[in-house]
Formats: sequence, C-alpha cells, structure tokens
Amino acid sequence: MYTFSSKLKTFSFALMIIGLLGVGYGFLTTPSSVEDVKVILQDSHDSHEEVATQNHAENVDTHANDAHAEHVYHLLKNKPWSALYVALFFFFMLALGALAFYAIQHAAQAGWSVVLFRVMEGITAYLPVGGILLFVFFVLSSLHFNHLFVWMDPEVVANDELIQNKSGYLNVPFFLLRAAIYIGGWIFYRQHARKLTLAQDSATDNSNYTKLFKRSAAFLVFFLVTESMMSWDWIMSLDPHWFSTLFGWYVFSSMIVSAITTIALVSIYLKSQGYLEFVNNSHMHDLAKFMFGFSVFWTYLWFSQFMLIWYANIPEEVTYFVSRFNDYKIPFLGMVVLNFVFPLLVLMNSDFKRVNWFIVCTGIIILIGHYIDIYVMIMPATVGDQWFIGISEISSVLLILGIFIYVVFSALTKAPLLAKGSPFLKESEHFHY
Amino acid sequence: MTNKVIQAMYNDDDVLMHAVKEVRAANHHIAEIYTPFPVHGLDKAMGLKETRIAITSFLYGCVGFSFAIWMMNYMMIEQWPQDIGGKPSFSFFLNVPAFVPVIFEMTVFFAAHLMVITFYMRSKLWPFKEAENPDPRTTDDMFVMEVSVDGNEDELVAFLEKTGTVEIKVTEKH
Repeated sequence: MYTFSSKLKTFSFALMIIGLLGVGYGFLTTPSSVEDVKVILQDSHDSHEEVATQNHAENVDTHANDAHAEHVYHLLKNKPWSALYVALFFFFMLALGALAFYAIQHAAQAGWSVVLFRVMEGITAYLPVGGILLFVFFVLSSLHFNHLFVWMDPEVVANDELIQNKSGYLNVPFFLLRAAIYIGGWIFYRQHARKLTLAQDSATDNSNYTKLFKRSAAFLVFFLVTESMMSWDWIMSLDPHWFSTLFGWYVFSSMIVSAITTIALVSIYLKSQGYLEFVNNSHMHDLAKFMFGFSVFWTYLWFSQFMLIWYANIPEEVTYFVSRFNDYKIPFLGMVVLNFVFPLLVLMNSDFKRVNWFIVCTGIIILIGHYIDIYVMIMPATVGDQWFIGISEISSVLLILGIFIYVVFSALTKAPLLAKGSPFLKESEHFHY
Repeated sequence: MTNKVIQAMYNDDDVLMHAVKEVRAANHHIAEIYTPFPVHGLDKAMGLKETRIAITSFLYGCVGFSFAIWMMNYMMIEQWPQDIGGKPSFSFFLNVPAFVPVIFEMTVFFAAHLMVITFYMRSKLWPFKEAENPDPRTTDDMFVMEVSVDGNEDELVAFLEKTGTVEIKVTEKH
C-alpha cells in the first residue's frame, strides 16, 4: 500500500494556497471600469511615444478610442477567468485522457500495462473533482459572471445571424445538459471500472474481468462521440463563427499525449519512492514510445488543420489562424518546438526511452507544450491581443496542480498498487523488450 | 581444420535457447544459427552486437528531408513558379506549408528504401543468390546451430550431444 508522504501533502497544500492567493490577486487587479483601461492605454501610449513621433496621438479619433478602450476592458475582465479555465480544462484533460487510455488497455485486453492500472486509476480519480469544478465554471459563465462564451450573451446573438442559426445547438440549457451528460458518463465509467478491478483482486473467477472488458469497449464508443462534442462545446464554441471538422481529434491528440506523459511521470515518482517495484524499464519504454508516437500524431493533426485552412483560404476559416499568427506567434509556433521537435529528437533513440530522467525532462516539456496548446486554443477568443502569461495564469496552474496532486495521490493510497486479480498479471510482470 | 564446423540440429526453440546459453558458457564460438522463424531473444543470447540500421535510417531520412527541400525549391520556386490558389510562388518560406507533405513523404521514402537496400547489402542478399542454409529442414521445423571447431573435435561433439540436439553433422565450411 502506498502512503501519501507528508512532504508531498504539504507541497500540494502550499501550491493550492499560493495558487489561490494568485488567482484572487488576478481577479482583484482587473480594471474595474472603462476609465481605468483608458488610463492604462494612455500610459502605455505615452511610453511608446518617447520613441515615436508626436502627431500619431492627435490623429486618433476620440470615438474610436472609447470603443477600443471598452473592448480592451472586456478582454481584460475575461483574462483571470480564461486563465482559470485553461488550467481547469488542462488538468481535467489529463484525467480524461488517462481514462481513455485505461479503457483502451481493457478493451484491447493488453497484457503489458496491467502493472500500471492502479496508477491510471489514481490519475482518473481527479475526474469527479475536475468535472464538478468545470461544471460550476460553466454555470457561472451561463450566469454571466464572465463573457468567455459570447454566444451566451443574448445581446450578441440578437445582432449575429450566424450564431442565431446555430442557436438550436448553442443555447445555455442544452449546453449545460450536454456538459452534465459528458461529465456524468465519464465519471460513471470511471467509478464502475474502479469497482470492478477492485472486486477482481479478490475474485475466484474472471467474471469481473470479462464485464470490465465489455463495459470498456462500450465506454470507448461513448467517449469518442462525447469527446468530440465536448471539444466543440467547450473550446470551439469560444469562436462561434469558426469550425474545423477535425477539432475533436486535435483536442484528443493533445489529451492522450499529456495523459500518457502524466502516467509516466507519476509512475517514475512512485518508483523513486520505492513503490511499484514490479514496473520495469520495459514498461517505461512502452510509455515513452506512446509519448513519442502521440507527439507526432498531435503534430500531424495540428498541421493538417492548419494546412487545409491555409490552402483553401476561406475568410471565415482563416480568421482563426490570422489572429494566432498576428497576436500569438511565439506560443503558437513555439509549442511546435516543445511538442514535436523536442520529443522527436530526444525520444527517437530506443535506449533513451528507458532512461527515467530523459522521460521526466521530455515529459515536463510535453506538458508545458500542451498547456500552451490549450492556452492558444482558448485565449485568442477570450482575451485577444491582451494576453500575457502572468500571475493569473501561473497561479491558476498552481492552484489546480495542487488539487490534482492531492486528489491523485490520496486515491493511490486507497488500494494496493498492484491489480493482482487481472488474468494478465503474470504477462505484465514478465514483460520485457 | 580451421574451416571445420559442427552442425547441431534442434527441433524446438526453447531447447535451442538453452543450448545457446550452455555453448556460450563453455566458451565455444557459435558461427551461425539457422531458424525457420525469428526466435525472440536469440540475438541477445548469442551476444550479437546491436544493429546499427536505425542510425543509417535516421541519416537516410535526413538525406531525404534535405533532398525534398532542394527539390521543391527548384521545381516550385526557381524553375517554374506558378500562382496556385492565389499564392504566388515568390519565396520558399511563404509556400512551405504546401511543401510539408512532400518533404514528409520523401523523408519516409528515403529512410525506408535505403534502409532496406542497406539491409540486403549487409546481409549479402541479392537476386539469384544461392541459399546459404546448410539444411533445407531449417526452412521447415529444424533449428541448426553451427559451432566452429577449435581444439578437440570429439570433445565438442560429446558436449553438444548433451545439449538436447537431435542430430549432429561435422562438415567443412567453404
């Protein structure tokens, strides 16, 4: 049995407290009125003018200036909310991706991964917590505490024919109902699977195992449909005019590579603490192969989505990439280095995939890269050109990371770390490459 | 004398694996093993050096990558620039998204084909090459281990007989 070390527990609480303070600071320091924004804009304008010519400011129409200030005010108001949303979604996605990977292992009746099942179950324990947090966030959005989802604003819809045409799908009650179905369905499978594997540990036959195999296959069908729809609802609808047909896959690729990386990192941590003695370097090798493979898969989808839109050059589609190239060039292109070039070059060598510190370094880079990926999916629609990674963003990550660590490692203490009832246990223990 | 080899036949891969370990523990030199199918872990048991074909594959991929960049630049930018879909081909950089699939395919093509050719050359395989396996049964159900003779031949035969072999032949290797 694993015991949650007090050091790690203190660390997770420290993260939560620092994160909470930072998030609070982020909310409190947003400009409280359009007038404040005008002062900020004037300040930054003045500092620019030290080098620029004088007559620029005189040419600016005061009316346009007011409209601009109001626009910036709304964007800055959204910023701490968006930062929180990116962090909430990112950590929820780690748990959800781990659940999908877990279901794939059961449905495929994989032998090698049995020794990692309890680690995956620990990570998916965050699913109920993260799901409820996200749902609360959506309820707050629908009550207009923030304006991330512009289609929730009746005033915007009234002046926008494209959103009106989509309002049969994009309306608040249906949106919340769908979110409840997705989150509820995922949590239901997670708890059910957990119960079955725990029952299998002390069972005399394989009936729980067979049941789990069938339920996992059914879950995967449910998951692939709901995951796609979730990506439209929760991310793509932030840009309600824009659409991409492979968006569900794109979000999934980001999800699965981050989740497998998390599984590898948690396993390496537990091993370093003297647990998981049955996990050998061939298991790590396989996880690293998945990290490598899905990093390439993510790049494939990232590029496919871009290239088709770039080549077709249809105005309503290219705006999505125009805003990213104009305002988000460094994160948008920089993440390709973090998510593709780095894992490609570091994890290509077979021997490196069995060296734990290589996996840890690459894993951290991959997680940062995919955080930026989610960031670039969400931020352009909500804060536009007013983005920067500051206190709000970092403390949101720390806050949710603290909760994530606390929930995951508490869940790991609740059951033995070896799923000893699985009929494939021997195969997994003797797994070698 | 130096070319003399003993061919020990086995009819099971597990027995063969055990025999390989015993022969190596007794410091005899295994010249070659012929099997009807790839035996998992045999290369490690024989102590063969790790293959370097992965490195060649990486290098061939780099060649393909560079060649494709040069080729697309030559074809689409320098030699015959065309305005496709309102995207005039004045610079390589602005058109590179359209070239990425070609560059990717050429990288894979070079890496895969040159790696296979390298493998054939290193294994001395070419069309109309005469088969090297000493006994046609190695393509069916028999595993043959060739141990080179250095020192006492009878002692080695006696040693190999104890490793579970079903048949032993002493021949000249040419």
